[in-house]
Amino acid sequence: MLKEKDKIFTNLFGDEPFHLKNAQARGDWDNTKELIKKGREWIIDEMKKSELRGRGGAGFPTGLKWSFMPKDSKLTNYLVVNADESEPGTCKDRDMIRNEPHKLIEGCLLASFAMNAHTCYIYIRGEYFNEAVVLQKAIDEAYDAGLIGKNAAKSGWDFDIFLHRGAGAYICGEETALLESLEGKKGQPRLKPPFPANKGLYGSPTTVNNVETIAVVPTILRRGGEWFSSFGRPKNTGTKVFCISGHVNNPCNIEEEMSIPLRELIEKHAGGVTGGWDNLKAVIPGGSSVPLIPKSTCDTVLMDFDSLSAVKSGLGTAAVIVMDKSTDLVKAISKLSHFYKHESCGQCTPCREGTGWMWRMMEKIGNGHASSNDIDKLLDVTKQIEGHTICALGDAAAWPIQGLFRHFRDEIEEQLKKTEAA
Amino acid sequence: MSNQKNTFVFNKENEIRAKEILLKYPTDRRQSAIMPLLDLAQRQNENWLSRDIVEYVADYLEMPFIKAWEVVTFYSMYYTKYNGKYLVQVCGTTPCWLRGSDQVIKACKEVISPEPNTVSSDGLFSWMQVECLGACVNAPLVQINDDYYEDLTYDTTKNVLQSLIDGSPLSIGSQSGRKSSKAVS
Repeated sequence: MLKEKDKIFTNLFGDEPFHLKNAQARGDWDNTKELIKKGREWIIDEMKKSELRGRGGAGFPTGLKWSFMPKDSKLTNYLVVNADESEPGTCKDRDMIRNEPHKLIEGCLLASFAMNAHTCYIYIRGEYFNEAVVLQKAIDEAYDAGLIGKNAAKSGWDFDIFLHRGAGAYICGEETALLESLEGKKGQPRLKPPFPANKGLYGSPTTVNNVETIAVVPTILRRGGEWFSSFGRPKNTGTKVFCISGHVNNPCNIEEEMSIPLRELIEKHAGGVTGGWDNLKAVIPGGSSVPLIPKSTCDTVLMDFDSLSAVKSGLGTAAVIVMDKSTDLVKAISKLSHFYKHESCGQCTPCREGTGWMWRMMEKIGNGHASSNDIDKLLDVTKQIEGHTICALGDAAAWPIQGLFRHFRDEIEEQLKKTEAA
Repeated sequence: MSNQKNTFVFNKENEIRAKEILLKYPTDRRQSAIMPLLDLAQRQNENWLSRDIVEYVADYLEMPFIKAWEVVTFYSMYYTKYNGKYLVQVCGTTPCWLRGSDQVIKACKEVISPEPNTVSSDGLFSWMQVECLGACVNAPLVQINDDYYEDLTYDTTKNVLQSLIDGSPLSIGSQSGRKSSKAVS
């Protein structure tokens, strides 16, 4: 279990105010200038040593991503922070924004300096209105104290942060859709390449990072990359904020060590599965886009990128959705299918048409009016969508369905037979 | 769509805000301000946008109307009709459903109107089902205008709705008495 002294987000639950003076008392903005003075190479090197992998879902190594930014570009470089948190099950960034905004703002300065960016946009989902109000207040506090703006934190680096509110579109969490949205258009993903590091916001080099990825940067730089990488397993390092929702006694957010066993995570922090561990049916371990895993896997699996991908699921955003034996799994996944149908941007035919088709088929199966052939056809369609779209939303819509039938097909077919007989 | 003529202009306060918003973006990228400006206009007009208002905002940003209209129809938080003084949005995605969002919907049907997207007879509110609001460890929840009401049950949903009728809205956040997303111990 992660010790209190090793927690990065000591005010995750807002026990203390978010304001600058409280944040400074917690260690934020402590001699930021010195960190900047150590230089760009040093910062990127520490980030590489920390082995931090992006916290938005894809898990790409952060230090490596930063090193892709052109060093001598004549264009303006941008950092864009993705605060469009909308992956079902996920609500960690919300707590960081409303209770620890100064960690994020300081992280923005350090990351932007490392990537030669003088300007940062934070794109926050529109529904997080009160969170945006808090974040804007914190940004204003940082400007007033000279921590950002001209000669930020007396480092000699000029740096501006602008907050941009979205307006309700899951797809804007996809980095290129987010950039389109920031440019004042429909949030439809761009074809890659070119990647944002070469051609991003306004055609300029841009790095898009998740809130948590940026908010842990100041602590990593202060305590050292090796400190961070001492938690978890190799290539799966650090501390991580997990969101535990669904059928548990005490749903919560909690910062823990990466690679913690799933069972320990649920039992120690969320009060256990409702009705006890043996009442567990399945868990979606990383937000709605990753396939569920059955109880037998949950018994032993570790919560990190590599162990979850070894069981054909993923860590995603580390949003753990727990489902006990009372759950109608077809209905639970069908609701996710509806979500993807609603959120498809409509650009690629397989996704636009396929998400609706899959949802209708899932409803048909849920209502008991389907056959084994229908399941085959559905799985075939998931394969036709997966990998055939510009962005990963198509994949994300296909995987939960594939996961469901991978583990529970026999049970569902039995139920269908019973309905038919009745 | 309304029959309103082109009479909409930003009020003085919003005119100042709009100018401040434009400062966030490069001067040759005015279109970037479309989302915050539509939001501003919508707030000035009882939380909905008519075609004329969108035309006004498009002109304000020197962009074609159709580009602005594309934005209005793409994002779920722009409304092209009046939704009542309070718009109650119930999250029905899986994490909320697992914890009883059906009961929240039941309460909305009883108190507001049997059908979604229908303004109650007194004009006070309407409800609709929405996708994930991003507060899943405080499920189930509703968003009412700008505020989240979390950890709901059938009864506490009714309390929240009644408080709107009474004109003294309950305090926002968890309705189960816990603080933020911390586990109850």
